[in-house]
This record gives sequence, structure tokens and C-alpha cells, in this order.
Amino acid sequence: MPSAFKKALDSGKFVVTSEVAPSKGTNLEKMAHHVELLKDKVDAMNVTDHQSSVMRFPSLGGALLVKEKGGEPILQMTCRDRNRLALQADLMFAASRGINNVLCLTGDSVMLGDHKQAKAVFDLDSSQLVAAVRTMERGKDMAGNDLDGGVRFCAGAIVTPEANPIEPQLIKFEKKIEAGAEFIQTQAVYDIDNFKKFMDYARQFDVKILAGVILLTSAGMARFMNKNVAGVMVPQNLIDEMAAAPKGGALKKGIEITGRMIAQIKDEKICDGVHIMAIGKEEVVPDIMSAAGLL
Amino acid sequence: MIRSITQQKPMEEIEHLLEGMDRIFVIGCGTCTTLTRTGGVEQVAAMAEDLSARGKVITGTTVVPVACDNLTSDILSEFGARMNQADALLVMSCAYGVQTLASQLGQMVVPAQNTLFIGKENAAGQFNEICTQCGTCVIGETGGICPVTTCHKGLVNGPCGGTNNGKCEIDSNKDCAWTMIYNRLKELDRLDSMRTYKKPRNHLGEPSPGKFLIPEN
Ligand code: SF4
Ligand code: SF4
Repeated sequence: MPSAFKKALDSGKFVVTSEVAPSKGTNLEKMAHHVELLKDKVDAMNVTDHQSSVMRFPSLGGALLVKEKGGEPILQMTCRDRNRLALQADLMFAASRGINNVLCLTGDSVMLGDHKQAKAVFDLDSSQLVAAVRTMERGKDMAGNDLDGGVRFCAGAIVTPEANPIEPQLIKFEKKIEAGAEFIQTQAVYDIDNFKKFMDYARQFDVKILAGVILLTSAGMARFMNKNVAGVMVPQNLIDEMAAAPKGGALKKGIEITGRMIAQIKDEKICDGVHIMAIGKEEVVPDIMSAAGLL
Repeated sequence: MIRSITQQKPMEEIEHLLEGMDRIFVIGCGTCTTLTRTGGVEQVAAMAEDLSARGKVITGTTVVPVACDNLTSDILSEFGARMNQADALLVMSCAYGVQTLASQLGQMVVPAQNTLFIGKENAAGQFNEICTQCGTCVIGETGGICPVTTCHKGLVNGPCGGTNNGKCEIDSNKDCAWTMIYNRLKELDRLDSMRTYKKPRNHLGEPSPGKFLIPEN
């Protein structure tokens, strides 16, 4: 049976995904609250996997929590922390518990996180992980042995449309699709005209594309991302708009901008949906969706 | 020429390693650590001085031509006695030298360096790692640039999402290996080789510890 998320993708409707972050520790109340808040509003929730290489509750456990609460999880899996045995084992476990969406990521360097001296793995890369999912779906493990009981996933990957230079990214993007990615969530896009150019190219592939949108919370945050986050470019006019927000009104302004962008993407049918990243402010995702006219 | 690249350990660590050993003989190396200025004549003299100031008795010092090679009878006859008088040999070579000396001298050896990698001097005073000797060489498909070593994550199918303006996610001064490979392959009109999906690597070309026997015919 295809997952609910897969069905949403195939239905041709404008798909909305958001993110929930597992906690640092075993107290899952905050995450559970976000899941409750979002489960009936979005088509699926990405459960992040030690995002930015900061050690947290596992994404697999987080995805189970989403499931238990009646939501639709997209299990994020990075190649940073596990070799091919552990990745395949986790995929089987996920499948056995009804987690049927996976986002395959290479993962950030451990040097960027809070366990800087850890041994990084990177046995596989993101495209190889997508291929591994497809191999397991055929009832075989990566070594060619038979599996007793298979898996079924809606598998996706990411792309950075604002990367510089873009060509190496696009080559990798094509490889991920060739390996079997059915959906692509993008790194944040702010310059819609640029994104349209990317979509002109991406439309030739049989893959669903969800535009990544990151909520801006202040002009400072936008400048910080321009400087420090790879492949994210916030245009000056948006920074100015954020800076001009009345005191205490920056978040409201950010919600308005994000909502406006989503509405444009939807109205102009630029791509198949959006992936909303509110980074720590998950509780305002419904407000963003309202501002976009989605609720 | 390839070199063993080393960096001196912090003096506190060296002092800790030498705890309870009062008489020290210091050995440098005329090859790699001379080139990296971590164990040549000057650094050996400075180390001897520093250790004396910290209360150690220096029974002698020498810089052998190649510490990873067997000691010559000349060196042994000139310095053997003073080495024997020491509680420990502090070796300012790479770990190959330390291990070679340890296997020959039957004395306590203490490394003064951390051995970082086998590298190449690309510009005066600048050393880079370009091959980690993985045992399953892939550079026939990457324009002669090694992604296993030069890409921080050892990726073989193209860049990660962290690449930024052609630089690597871990260091804005380090070129992203995959930007370099892309540029090189483009120049060579061989981009097809980057477009081909590479299967997961064989990470166990030669199980560690590696060994090699010339096959008999
Ligand atoms: S792939 Fe890289 S690390 Fe492996 S042998 Fe070739 S150059 Fe060396
Ligand atoms: S930025 Fe480039 S070199 Fe650095 S880890 Fe990513 S792909 Fe490798």
C-alpha cells in the first residue's frame, strides 16, 4: 500500500510538509505538542536526524511518535552516523512499524555539531542510500542476499537550487532521481524567479518537487543565513522588508512573507508543493499556512 | 615527494608522557620532520633546552638521517651509550620513526609529534593530504583528483549540500573537492564520468593492518 504521503503526491494536489525536531533528551512533550498541532494540517512531517550534527533523540523514534499520534512521518536518514548495515537495519525497522516515507541525506559534517570529535561514517552517500531503499524493495539487501519480508518506501532526497556553482549540484540531483528518488524537497528558496528557472529544468524529470521555505524571524537572521548557510540566498528586498517591520512585529512579518511566497508558488503552479521549515518555531506553521490561504 | 606530516604535541602532553623519567635522549629525523620543521636540528636543540628548563637531564641528542630506516652502526657506536643512559628516548620523527626505533633499541620511546597524514608540500610550508591509500583507487573517474581524501566526507557521486561558493562546508578556505572535480572534468570534456552513478565503495580494499607480499611466480 502506498503511504498517505505518496498518495497526496500522486493526487496532484498542492502538497505541504513541515518539520518536527526530536528533543535533546527523552522528554518528548514539546515534539508531541507540535505533532498534535500539525498532524491534520500538513500532508507529512519530516523528522530531523541529528540536524546540524547535534545529538538528539533518534529520528526513527521521533517518526514512531508521529505515527502513534496519527500523523504521517517522513523519516530523515543521514549517512553520517551509520554504515550500510545500520542504515538497512533502520529501514527494515521503520518499514515494520508502518513508517513508509524516507528522506535520504548525506548529512552535515560532525565538525559542525556538538560532538566534534566523533568518528564520521559516510559509508554511503545520499544517492546510494536511495538506491539501497530500492534494492531492499526488490527483496534483496545491498550484498544481494534475500530478505525475509520486504520494505516499501516513498523515498526522497534534497537539492539546493541556489548552490554556487549549480552544475555539480544538478548532476547529483539527476543521479538521485536515477537512483529512484520520487520526491525532492529543496533547500530554502527566496528568489522565486531563480526558482522558476530551476523548475524549468527540473520539470523534465519524473519527480515531485516541494519548494523549501524557511520562516524568517528577523532581518538579522536573514543576514546570518546569507553569510553562514550554504545555498541559502535571501534577496535584499526581503531583508529590507523584515527590517522595516515595527518593533516586536518581525515574526509576524516573517509569517506574512512566507505565506505570500507559498501562495505565489501555489497559485502560479511553480512546483508540486512546499516544505515549511520553521526552525524552532513550529507552533506558527498553522499561521503561515493561513497566511498562504491553505487553511 | 610524499612526506609524513607531523605536528608537535603540546608540551604538557610530552611532560605527562615523560613523567617519572628524568634522563632523556632526544632524537630528530633528517627527512620528513626536518622538512615540516617539527624535528630537525633546530627543533631538537630547542626541545632539549625546554626539557632541561623543566628539570630533565638530557643525556644527548642527535638527528638521524631517516628515522624510519634502520639505525646505522655509526650512529649506534657514536650515541648508543648515551641512549642507554637515558630513561626514555623522546623521538621527534613521525610515528614510523618512533616505531622503527622502538623495535631496534629495546628502550622506552615517547613520540613528541602527532603524525597527521602522508602528504605533499604544495607550496613552501604548506602541506596537503591528497591520498589516504584507500586500496581501491577511484581517481580514473574523477579527473585525477581524489574525492576519497580531498572531499571531507569522501563522497564519490558528487557534492554534498554543504558546498558553498565552491568551498567546503567545513572550511571556507578549502576548495570543495567536487567543484574541483567538476571543473577538471569539464575542461577535459569528460563530464559523463561524473554523471555515471557510482556504487557504494569497497572500503576494505586491504583489511587493516595492511600487508603485502610480492606474489611468487
Ligand atoms: S582513491 Fe584516493 S585515497 Fe584511494 S588510492 Fe586513489 S588517490 Fe588514494
Ligand atoms: S563541501 Fe564538497 S568537499 Fe566538502 S564535504 Fe561537501 S562535497 Fe565534500
